[in-house]
Amino acid sequence: MNKIFWPVLLALTLSACGTTGGTQATVEDRTGGNAASAGQAAGAGKTAGTETTALGGAGVAGSALDGSYAGDPRKNPASPLSTRSIFFDFDSFVVKAEYRPVLEAHAGYLLSKRDARVILQGNADERGSREYNLALGQKRAEAVRKALAVLGVGEAQLEAVSFGEEKPRNEASTEEAYAENRRTDVVYADE
Amino acid sequence: MEIQVIGGAANKIAVAMVPFKAAPGQPVPALTQIAGDDLNRSGQFKLVDVGGMPQPAESAQINYGAWRSKGADAMVVGQVAALPGGRFEIRFRLLDVVKQTQLAGYSYTISAAQWRATAHQIANIVYERLTGIPGAFGSRIAYVQKQGKSFELRVADADGQNPRTVVRSVEPLISPMFSPDGTRLVYVSFEDKKPIVYVQSLQDGARRKLAAFKGSNSAPAWSPDGRRLAVVLTRDEASQIYLINADGSGLVRLTRGGNIDTEPVFSPDGQTVYFTSDRGGSAQIYRVAASGGEPKRVTFNGSYNVSPAISPDGRHLAYISREGGRFSVVLHELASGQTRVLTDTARDESPSFAPNGQAVLYATVEGGRGILGTVSLDGKTRARLSEPGVDAREPAWGP
Repeated sequence: MNKIFWPVLLALTLSACGTTGGTQATVEDRTGGNAASAGQAAGAGKTAGTETTALGGAGVAGSALDGSYAGDPRKNPASPLSTRSIFFDFDSFVVKAEYRPVLEAHAGYLLSKRDARVILQGNADERGSREYNLALGQKRAEAVRKALAVLGVGEAQLEAVSFGEEKPRNEASTEEAYAENRRTDVVYADE
Repeated sequence: MEIQVIGGAANKIAVAMVPFKAAPGQPVPALTQIAGDDLNRSGQFKLVDVGGMPQPAESAQINYGAWRSKGADAMVVGQVAALPGGRFEIRFRLLDVVKQTQLAGYSYTISAAQWRATAHQIANIVYERLTGIPGAFGSRIAYVQKQGKSFELRVADADGQNPRTVVRSVEPLISPMFSPDGTRLVYVSFEDKKPIVYVQSLQDGARRKLAAFKGSNSAPAWSPDGRRLAVVLTRDEASQIYLINADGSGLVRLTRGGNIDTEPVFSPDGQTVYFTSDRGGSAQIYRVAASGGEPKRVTFNGSYNVSPAISPDGRHLAYISREGGRFSVVLHELASGQTRVLTDTARDESPSFAPNGQAVLYATVEGGRGILGTVSLDGKTRARLSEPGVDAREPAWGP
């Protein structure tokens, strides 16, 4: 029983976090409950919107038996598709090797759905000129765009833009905050 | 407003701003106070204390010897008379205390809405007669104010007073710049979830997208004739500089290469574009002919020189330089290559020259809040323009 509810709960928790929300670790922390709490979460989620309705209908049939995920695959917390932020080192525009599975998964999804479009939003930390930081954020967005293009994704499915230092995830002026703000977010146009 | 004068007061002109005479009971707005603050902020004047002195309104009433002994080189006297229909007549004279002669005398008929503008005009006349350089006290500035989650693009007088909001958005606004004739603003808005360049009329508030290409659109700069702009686009990959007509037609690419090229600004003759690039491995300022060609590097000191502004006479660049983790305003004489650090704050941004080239407006951070300030070209006089409690950034000095 418990197993059946797992994916449903995970999906609900993740969608509640929003598209740029928690990592897999965060999700697992939140699900540590039993079947009763899973049932509660599913019940509460039904009022939350269309996503929840779609998942509730299909969850029982596919998930438990073969381990596949029945909802929007981009939201499957077990899939690298649920990773939406690529972080960069200071003054760096190189996509780190650890993100390879993530980019391969997004490329695979985009190749399977040719009408899907993704916007790559580059960001920079707050130090220095706003316009120069806009260009730095653009470089980070371009790095991810190029990686996806190399994996075969069509030009028309990709747009790299920059928010520079204008939309920090962490507004503090600390090294830790700066590291959180040096990133590219992968945002699907239909989400 | 807070005016902070650093260093020696050598060669400052001592001027006495005598409060203007008015009929009893008639309110006299602080004309000489506003004009005196203007002159003081320039760093080229010091104000003579007028407390306890007689307050003449006409030259015949002046005891020049008494003012000379107060140290005055020059003085301003005047009077205000109420006219029918809520209008006022203001008469003022600028006098040379040493030679005991009149240097200027004017009268104005104004409405009640024109007090500040008139005070700035008086300051302009005093400044020009005594320094030989036109005053810029009647000019305007634009800046972005953040208030909670709202961003406001504002236009204010050059002393930071009289602010009016011309754009309000829940998404960021950056990089405003006045058109050379002062009738329009160009700026970057993120309201469509990406940076797009808008041009907006200050007369009727109408606006349109100037550059909304695929990718990011930013860093707009007018040409001196106002007929075209430089913008930074990423439609062909990296951030590159393009030229576009003010009506959005005639897009041409100016710089090439896979590096960052951004923050373009035209020289006053329109022939050269200065910009920031990392093509040499660090952020430095370069110049390129507006007709195209190979860029030449302009800055060589340090590893981060960005946000170039050029003086109206084309002789100086002001830019932001990082040294030991501090970001300061630097003045760079183009002919000699000599540089001078103008500020002692750590997070300076966005310098721009006064229309008369005698001061630089910039943004910095004080107590976790963005503030605007001006600094004289010798770095010795700095004034803070922002009101307390306001978070201001991205200033641009206009005509």
